[in-house]
Amino acid sequence: MTNHWIDIGNSDVILIMGSNAAENHPISFRWVTKAMEKGAKLIHVDPRFTRTSAQAHIYAPIRSGTDIAFMGGMTRYIVEDVENNPRNYNMAYLREYTNAGWLINSGYAFSDGIFSGYDSATRTYKDKSTWQYQLDDTGIPKRDMTFQNPNCVFQLLKRHYSRYDIDTVSRVTGTSRELLLKVYQVFASTGQSNRAGTIMYAMGTTQHTVGSQNVRAYSVIQLLLGNMGIAGGGINALRGEANVQGATDHALLFNYLPGYLPAPSTAHPTLAKYLEAITPVSKDPRSGNWKQHQPKYAVSLLKAWYGDTATKDNEFGYQYLPKIQAGGNYSWIPLFEAMEQGTIKGLLTWGMNPAVGGPNSNAERKAQDELDWLVVADLWETETAAFWKRPGADPKEIKTEVFLLPACATWAKEGSITNSGRWAQWRNKVTEPLAGSMRKSDLWIISNLMLKIKALYLGENGPNADAITNLAWGYGENPDPNTVAREINGYDLTIGKLMTNFLTLKDDGTTSCGNWLYSGSYNETGNLMARRDPKDNSTIGLYSNWAWCWPLNRRIIYNRASVDLYGNPFDPKRPVVRWDPEGKKWMGDIIDGFGTRGADLYPFIMLPEGVGRLFGMGMVDGPFPEHYEPWETPVKNTLSGTQLNPAVKVWRPEEQGKPDKYPYIGTTYRVTEHWLSGAMTRNLPWLAELMPDVFVEIDEELAAEKGITSGEKVIVESARGSVTGAAIVTKRLVPLTVDGQLIHHVALPWHWGYMGIVTGDSANLLTSHIGDPNTSMPEYKTFLVNIRRA
Amino acid sequence: MEKAILFDTSKCVACRACQVACKQWWELPAVATTNRGTYENPSDLAPQTWNKIRFKEIGHNGTVRWLFTRQSCMHCTEAVCVWVCPTYARSYNELGYVVIDQERCIGCARCIAFCPFGVPRIGRYNITPRLSVELGTPRDIAYKCEFCKDRVEDGLTPACAKTCPTGATQFGERADLVELGKIRVDAIKATYPEARLYGEKELGGLHVIYILTDAPGIHGLPESPQFGTYTKFDEKSYPDWYNKAVADGKLSTFPEGAKPEWYLQSAGEAAGGQLAAFERGQVEGVPATGWKNPAVWTLLGLGVIGAGAALWWTLQRRMTRQKEKKKT
Repeated sequence: MTNHWIDIGNSDVILIMGSNAAENHPISFRWVTKAMEKGAKLIHVDPRFTRTSAQAHIYAPIRSGTDIAFMGGMTRYIVEDVENNPRNYNMAYLREYTNAGWLINSGYAFSDGIFSGYDSATRTYKDKSTWQYQLDDTGIPKRDMTFQNPNCVFQLLKRHYSRYDIDTVSRVTGTSRELLLKVYQVFASTGQSNRAGTIMYAMGTTQHTVGSQNVRAYSVIQLLLGNMGIAGGGINALRGEANVQGATDHALLFNYLPGYLPAPSTAHPTLAKYLEAITPVSKDPRSGNWKQHQPKYAVSLLKAWYGDTATKDNEFGYQYLPKIQAGGNYSWIPLFEAMEQGTIKGLLTWGMNPAVGGPNSNAERKAQDELDWLVVADLWETETAAFWKRPGADPKEIKTEVFLLPACATWAKEGSITNSGRWAQWRNKVTEPLAGSMRKSDLWIISNLMLKIKALYLGENGPNADAITNLAWGYGENPDPNTVAREINGYDLTIGKLMTNFLTLKDDGTTSCGNWLYSGSYNETGNLMARRDPKDNSTIGLYSNWAWCWPLNRRIIYNRASVDLYGNPFDPKRPVVRWDPEGKKWMGDIIDGFGTRGADLYPFIMLPEGVGRLFGMGMVDGPFPEHYEPWETPVKNTLSGTQLNPAVKVWRPEEQGKPDKYPYIGTTYRVTEHWLSGAMTRNLPWLAELMPDVFVEIDEELAAEKGITSGEKVIVESARGSVTGAAIVTKRLVPLTVDGQLIHHVALPWHWGYMGIVTGDSANLLTSHIGDPNTSMPEYKTFLVNIRRA
Repeated sequence: MEKAILFDTSKCVACRACQVACKQWWELPAVATTNRGTYENPSDLAPQTWNKIRFKEIGHNGTVRWLFTRQSCMHCTEAVCVWVCPTYARSYNELGYVVIDQERCIGCARCIAFCPFGVPRIGRYNITPRLSVELGTPRDIAYKCEFCKDRVEDGLTPACAKTCPTGATQFGERADLVELGKIRVDAIKATYPEARLYGEKELGGLHVIYILTDAPGIHGLPESPQFGTYTKFDEKSYPDWYNKAVADGKLSTFPEGAKPEWYLQSAGEAAGGQLAAFERGQVEGVPATGWKNPAVWTLLGLGVIGAGAALWWTLQRRMTRQKEKKKT
């Protein structure tokens, strides 16, 4: 989240798209409800009418996988309206804080779904040179603040979305013209500087072959409307698990080190090369270009990991780090492909249940058969731990050795979790684990595991043994999470004191820091994550002394965009920060980028150019979000001749389902009663009671056509598997007319598996190994299926 | 001061945390369920399920709505269950809600037959350890929402209201909640023209008050809740509203929806219950007699005969009424 949960209550218009917030984040609705009590409008865009839609003022059904068309239409609507009614928009914001007026290389082009620089042989945009700014003699990007230059981003944006007229969008999405227009009008009303609009999204947005560009489409809208950095605005990713934000911050993903430092690759053989690669350059004096400080964070991280062994002479231990292949993909799908091929021989799964949660479950369960060993740390024996006794498997044929490490639940261990709003909150241990001392905290397990591995390497040596034996691992057999939290915060090694925050981290080996984003969370003033002061000193619910928020306890990031060039809030009713000219200091939230007044520094300090990107050159699949059809779709792309996102890697082309055999759009989701793979909730009788069986939602017309009545068993099939469940025939799903063709959705949750009190087929038996080219997020939300009575 | 729960149907997202919190606090076991083509489960209130959310889909003019309504004991001021209970097992709490004394309850089901909302359910005496009933003999007893009486008496919020993420279930002083409810109804009228407060006046005032987005019938609630009654069988002093209803002829001896076997059971068990009460010395002014006393057996015999006669009389009356109905 750029903002935080409580801040949703400040919104005037809340657009929930690609999320079923009421069901999957019920607590978010405390704040949605508060906003609505103050008169806010709630819009929900989703293929299914859910418990979120039930609260919405406007519900717009949409064909799954067509978000970019929907938002592209909104972009076109806003761009036209900005030209016709500039008074209704915050033009100062658009001019000063976005790249709307910045000039792009004249070689940039877009034709029939393909941007300039595409290489069809590798299915990549190999040459992105035309996606760059035109620079003046001093190396500063050129701009035209009147937005008239044909190469300025505003004009390119206008040209790109000229194809997204309301009729075309309606034909692609299946949403009626009237509803589209209503949504556009209501959300665009937040373009006024005294109105705030937020977008709440989740997996319905990201789990597509265009998932990252879906989020980009939201960014474009929010920048056009001046909704970034303000109270009640922002783009708010609702994270699915209580600590998934924390896990991501601490390098859950293969391509990052903690704090989103890029993972070293074979392109960076030395520390010098690596540091150079992670140090962006800007010649613009108004650009904060915060990432220029990354070398300090990277060296301090190496000091935290390798302690006294890390010296200038040995590149602070840089060579101990594994290097990924430059351009290599080590995300979920390739990992399981490699497992199936026998390249990966061992697997540790920690609070993860891939046998239910991974896409194409049949294939992923089979991939586990190829492992030599598998370690599962969990509360229960999950489907993953029990993969060898799954239905249809012969345990005698499976050689994998399985170790099940009983972990203890949240309440039986101390530590921090970071919520979607980036708040790191310390939790105390409040009870002994059930089943006694056999269950251990994750920290205990990892610390003791590593101590044993270190002992083995010290005794027996092995490849790259120094990387393990030299690791500073001072947690001991009974590790204290406070020790780890202090290490993450970092130390000034010259005086042996905790760092106050990351502003004084150094790249000379005199400071250590396990994650620069968290520096300041546990300093000499104490454990700030444990703070519980319920008093709010702001007028907008910042609660700055409750827990601690990264970075630097800044509750709303990019907050510098909420003020004009003089530091006065655009919306005086909801001030996030304000420049006090007499006291010569910033008031309110922790200001982004420091400095004085507004004009001295661009607000989007994490980008080298310092302004919000309507044109986003950082993506691998195009600077503007463009609609492509999902990998499996019943229709042809109306907007261009390019059917599938051209940068997507197709892993298993032979497994693609065709509409003649699988005519309906399958989509998967979660319900409030179960938690992800169901490992926790299907083992709790009270929750099993609420949602006992797999079910399949279909509209009344499809049910009539297939002779299906509510409650009876149906079989849903895709090219990869089949699922049996109880039919829910409902008015909440409606067939959509897409390009003259009637389209039905077949919707089913994926929480079930073969372990636990209530069991059933996981919907992921149907999903496929294909994902977004930027993140490799699998396309769980759209695929083709057929349905029949069981 | 009287307490109440305010349930706002315009704020409920049907996360059903209240359903689970209720079971958790009262240690009520889960019921075996199946998906019957709806999200709603368990299918009905049960001895183990005191609070549940009802799901209702309505389609009109090409749009759809999904309504979520709480179903639980309403804790009526004019609580007929208190007055029809043959063993004095129901009582008002001074904070305004209605509780069951499980030790006295004989599971006669009369409270179900007369409840305007059909709420209580009969189940085994040992469903939850939380009620710690020391019963003489294993038997069936009535269960319903207890208003988290232990929590409330300790100054805590009932489990359902405590856990509600959206503020759809609120707990507080009844007078305050009625005011709050009126303000909220006014605020949502623009979105829901049929919005209203339910329970302010109904049955003397409910202690579960609803902010309804639509007419009560649409939410599965009676438009104007009515209770049945039962022939007085002792001289306890009945409240004025009860006597007035009797005088106005508003009450029937055999309420709508009640089944003859309930009546048989309830009459028999009431007699048995009375006997048991006598036997255990639970009736004021009457010493414990013990089973060996022939008077008990005489009473039992009279009770059985009396129950049979009452049933015959009731069924006769019902048949006569039905005939009259047919005629008109």
